[in-house]
Amino acid sequence: MIPISLIESTAQTLMDKAAIEIPQDYLDGLKAAAATEDGDLSSFVLKAMLDNYEAAKEDRRAMCGDTGVPRWFVKLGNDARIEGGFVALEAALRRATAHATASVPLRPNRVHPLWRTDHNNNVGIGAPEIEYGFEPEGEWIDLITVHKGGLFGTDYRMLFPSDGIEGIKRFYLDSLVAFGKRGLACQPAIIGIGLGGSKDTCMVLGKRASILRTVGSRNADPKIAAMEDEFKELGNSIGMGAMGFVGKNMVIDCNIEVGYCHTGGMQMSVHAFCLSSRRAVARLFPDGRVEHRTDPDWFTPYQRRETVEWDPVQEAAE
Amino acid sequence: MKIREVILSTTPTAEAVADLRLGDIVYLDGLIYTAREGVYMRALEQKANIPMELPSQSAANFHCSPAAVIREDGSFDLGAVTATASFRFAKWLPEWIAKTGARLIIGKGGMSSKDYKEYFVPNGAVYLSTVGYGTGALLGRGVETVEAVHWHEELGIAQAMWVIRARRMGPFIVASNLDGECLFERENAKIAENLDRVYEGTKPAVLKRYGETDDRSDEVIG
Repeated sequence: MIPISLIESTAQTLMDKAAIEIPQDYLDGLKAAAATEDGDLSSFVLKAMLDNYEAAKEDRRAMCGDTGVPRWFVKLGNDARIEGGFVALEAALRRATAHATASVPLRPNRVHPLWRTDHNNNVGIGAPEIEYGFEPEGEWIDLITVHKGGLFGTDYRMLFPSDGIEGIKRFYLDSLVAFGKRGLACQPAIIGIGLGGSKDTCMVLGKRASILRTVGSRNADPKIAAMEDEFKELGNSIGMGAMGFVGKNMVIDCNIEVGYCHTGGMQMSVHAFCLSSRRAVARLFPDGRVEHRTDPDWFTPYQRRETVEWDPVQEAAE
Repeated sequence: MKIREVILSTTPTAEAVADLRLGDIVYLDGLIYTAREGVYMRALEQKANIPMELPSQSAANFHCSPAAVIREDGSFDLGAVTATASFRFAKWLPEWIAKTGARLIIGKGGMSSKDYKEYFVPNGAVYLSTVGYGTGALLGRGVETVEAVHWHEELGIAQAMWVIRARRMGPFIVASNLDGECLFERENAKIAENLDRVYEGTKPAVLKRYGETDDRSDEVIG
């Protein structure tokens, strides 16, 4: 049984870490980009960003004034048990979100879409989102918080098999160029692409590809992994950099996730996780241990399973 | 090209504004106020009295909501400061600039050169962009004090009018000048020259969308 007090206190720590500490994988990616950048203005911007991450950590202040829309992903081992059950878990995550909004502080971004009511705590109808995943074994739970920016860099399009790879590339470039102009997408970013599923699940796949995978990770399917390399390269050949200035770096990495779709369609979504790629993760065990990390490790073989029954031996052999 | 750095007052002289060049890096000294849709609607549409002397106290309007909290004792805790995209405020800005004498509009993404020529230049105003746009911690360091928060009960913390005292607050990038030129449009034009080559090997979607244009030199705002 995992104590609810441990869940709440860990969740508060995660909110703080996500807002303040840039994950190492993204930082390494941005440093590598800064080393290759030769546009005057875009180089200046990347250097300022690197200074900014240092300032945030030194001062323990949020790295960006737009602290995004905090949300939660919870992954549970199949044998995990939570004190008070899932209703208690969700209440703990909502309390941690509200508490951290005042204590970090975060910007109270969440408002009612029509009445613009602001509870000043990032909690409201459907906020923060809490999504779940499961793994076949384990008594642990993973708490993952992501504070993604909310407005630009995401798009969806219903493509068809006849659009092919040429159509996928076209929509990818369209999204990068349109949202990259004037830097609205706050690039260079981790770009996530969702392919397949239905409209809603396609958006979920692409979003998770951008926020729940790390820089340098590759899809387990070698042909998709090759596409990820090719698309990263393609995005960085546009000639656009940070803030939409002339430059070489739009894409710190490109992650692609797929889901089976209707035989007549090829849904596609594109998502940009911004310069403030805020995510923090902790694994909680029943004995009270807490292990912090920044890799959500969401897309396990189980999450990408293709068969009716889960058979890890068969999956490994494929 | 060497990047030039400028220290600028938030009540700048006309000469100081005229001297700014596209791409200059600016650090600000003095009072800055935040105003976005909430403040504009309240001041311009509902005709509420603006609770500051403008432009004598400040001619710098920041499109921003800080990551901040008002404590129970009425004091403030302000951590990070980042701009929000300005193009959404074009509806109110002509009247706002004319009414308040704002000379420095600070935000994200800039406006169009048409906006600059129509109502920035005649009022002696220029646009400063934040950098990155995520340098919230650096900008937060440039905030010496929060002098006041107006209308937070009416508008909420995110939309309230925050009055902050800046000391060497920056960096900002000069994104328009008094000729009405636009830094982002200049960069977009350079990038557009390369786009046909990048798009080789792609093809338009078989199913079109209403209103879709294939012209990649189009601006997305304005």
